[in-house]
Amino acid sequence: MTAATQGTLTLIRGNPPPKITPRLSAVSAPVLEVVDLVKRYGERTAVDGLSLRVAAGSVTALLGPNGAGKTTTVEVCEGFRTADEGTVTVLGGSPAGVRHRVGVMPQGGGGYPGLRAEELLGLFSRFYAHPHDPRQLLELLGLADVARTPYRRLSGGQQQRLSLAMAVVGRPELVFLDEPTAGLDPQARRATWDLVEALRADGVSVLLTTHLMDEAEHLADDVVVIDHGRVVAHGTVPELTASSQAFVRFTGPAGLDVEDLLRSLGADCVGKESPAGTYLVEGPDGPQLLAGVTAWCATRGVLPEGLQTRRTLEDVFLDLTGRELRR
Amino acid sequence: MTGWPSLAPRAEAAPRTQMLRAQARAELTLLLRNGEQVLLTLVIPLGLLVVLSTVDVIDVTGRRVDFFVPGVLALAVMSTAFTGQAIGTGFERQYGVLKRLGATPLPRSVLLLAKTLAVLAVEVLQVALISLVGLVLGWHPHGSFLGVVLLVVLGTAAFSGLGLLIGGTLRGLTTLAAANLLWFVLLVLGGIVFPLSAYGGAADALRWLPTAALSDGLRQLLQHGTLVGRDLLALALWAAAGLTAAAKLFRWE
Ligand SMILES: Nc1ncnc2c1ncn2[C@@H]1O[C@H](COP(=O)(O)OP(=O)(O)OP(=O)(O)O)[C@@H](O)[C@H]1O
Ligand SMILES: [Mg+2]
Repeated sequence: MTAATQGTLTLIRGNPPPKITPRLSAVSAPVLEVVDLVKRYGERTAVDGLSLRVAAGSVTALLGPNGAGKTTTVEVCEGFRTADEGTVTVLGGSPAGVRHRVGVMPQGGGGYPGLRAEELLGLFSRFYAHPHDPRQLLELLGLADVARTPYRRLSGGQQQRLSLAMAVVGRPELVFLDEPTAGLDPQARRATWDLVEALRADGVSVLLTTHLMDEAEHLADDVVVIDHGRVVAHGTVPELTASSQAFVRFTGPAGLDVEDLLRSLGADCVGKESPAGTYLVEGPDGPQLLAGVTAWCATRGVLPEGLQTRRTLEDVFLDLTGRELRR
Repeated sequence: MTGWPSLAPRAEAAPRTQMLRAQARAELTLLLRNGEQVLLTLVIPLGLLVVLSTVDVIDVTGRRVDFFVPGVLALAVMSTAFTGQAIGTGFERQYGVLKRLGATPLPRSVLLLAKTLAVLAVEVLQVALISLVGLVLGWHPHGSFLGVVLLVVLGTAAFSGLGLLIGGTLRGLTTLAAANLLWFVLLVLGGIVFPLSAYGGAADALRWLPTAALSDGLRQLLQHGTLVGRDLLALALWAAAGLTAAAKLFRWE
């Protein structure tokens, strides 16, 4: 984390955390409320005092590096695992008591290998009193051609889409989607996004996990970033990416003299090269900053490429969770 | 966004009878569609019956077919209720199917009832086919039909408990190996193909194995018309122990 980004984000370090109230939660009670959740696997603490809420009719994205505790959190909310500490309230009750009102798409797996796609979805639809038409769902998710293919012979992406259909077939009020678009081609990803948007439009609440920043930017009303089992930031995408500091990023040859660039820009600017060949500069005034950067580049005979003047969710995410690979 | 119907919430669990019918049908479909299961539950028992009844390889008392039909019936029950259930359940756990079903309104009791109904349906098919082939080979059954039902139901309970115990605790491939190994051991030691008297002094202990109790019980009934209390007791004890242990130790994922 650079000094410049301090204070520009909704950081949660220590107590009490600064709170951003999600837009919708003021109007109605949350459909999911997690308070101080702790979950341990033997010695390892997978979730470590995590709190979050999902407002009715909203889409909340849970972001975090591999092993951050997303699946564990979602599985406690689904009733698959019991909390060691803290409370989880789903639709006003306990996870086990509201199963029929919740749709679940786990991270991979979960189908009878020997049943055909239409049989599997048909079976799940029979668990509910007012299900969607399974054939229509298969059609809309592009699975009509493989309706009679056994689950084990579906491609990974087709299994994912079927799993999504199984999660919504019972007309749930709240849907948990654990990495719904992992491994999907661009068309299938669009179809999934469309479905999530249609769910929200019809008043269904969604909690999804993802590693795709553009997915969170595109879909989520609220974003919760977690790391090491704790919430490190939350808010809307604009809130998270907003900054009192202007921001310029460009790529160029590695090893440019950043110190010299900063001297030319003035005392109140900060910057760094990270990773090699990518330069990031922040200062109080956007137009000035951009003009200064391009002018300095011109004196060096450098063409700044990929100029970017707004922080993305990915920048925020990497600043919060670090750039190193996880174990 | 095109084409999505209204997704407005309208969540309500289906009536239990509807869930039971759907799940039992799915379980039965899976059993009958799986080639290895059909081999295990139908092809091998019928093949053994034909070969053992017509070829003079093993010495038995009385008419060959009258000796082997009850044994093969016991083998069929063991194959479906024990080996088939253990392997099926083990892999369902490994593939996350049971876990996923846990997130639906399907109650566990309905799931287990559906599995039981599917097993019973396959057993009806097995008993019908084995009896038919037996009759063609000249089988003369004695005893009461109700007695057969009693033995088969007790045997199914005993073997289901043990099958669910293994399938619900071991990993998929371990279950596959253990269930097949036990199937073979019980086939040899359980009085199905070799009369227990072939094992001399060990016979008194082997008699308490569930397979031996079921094959002996069916044989005494169908060959001589007598219902043996000790065999019923043995099956009841195995059923109580197996089902209790399975209920306690079963893991859904
Ligand atoms: N069944 C388990 N037994 C023991 N440890 C587990 C188990 N499941 C998860 N963990 C550990 O708990 C931590 C959190 O795992 P979790 O699956 O919740 O992460 P995640 O955020 O979903 O990661 P990913 O992005 O890779 O899906 C990890 O360190 C993981 O190794
Ligand atoms: Mg995960």
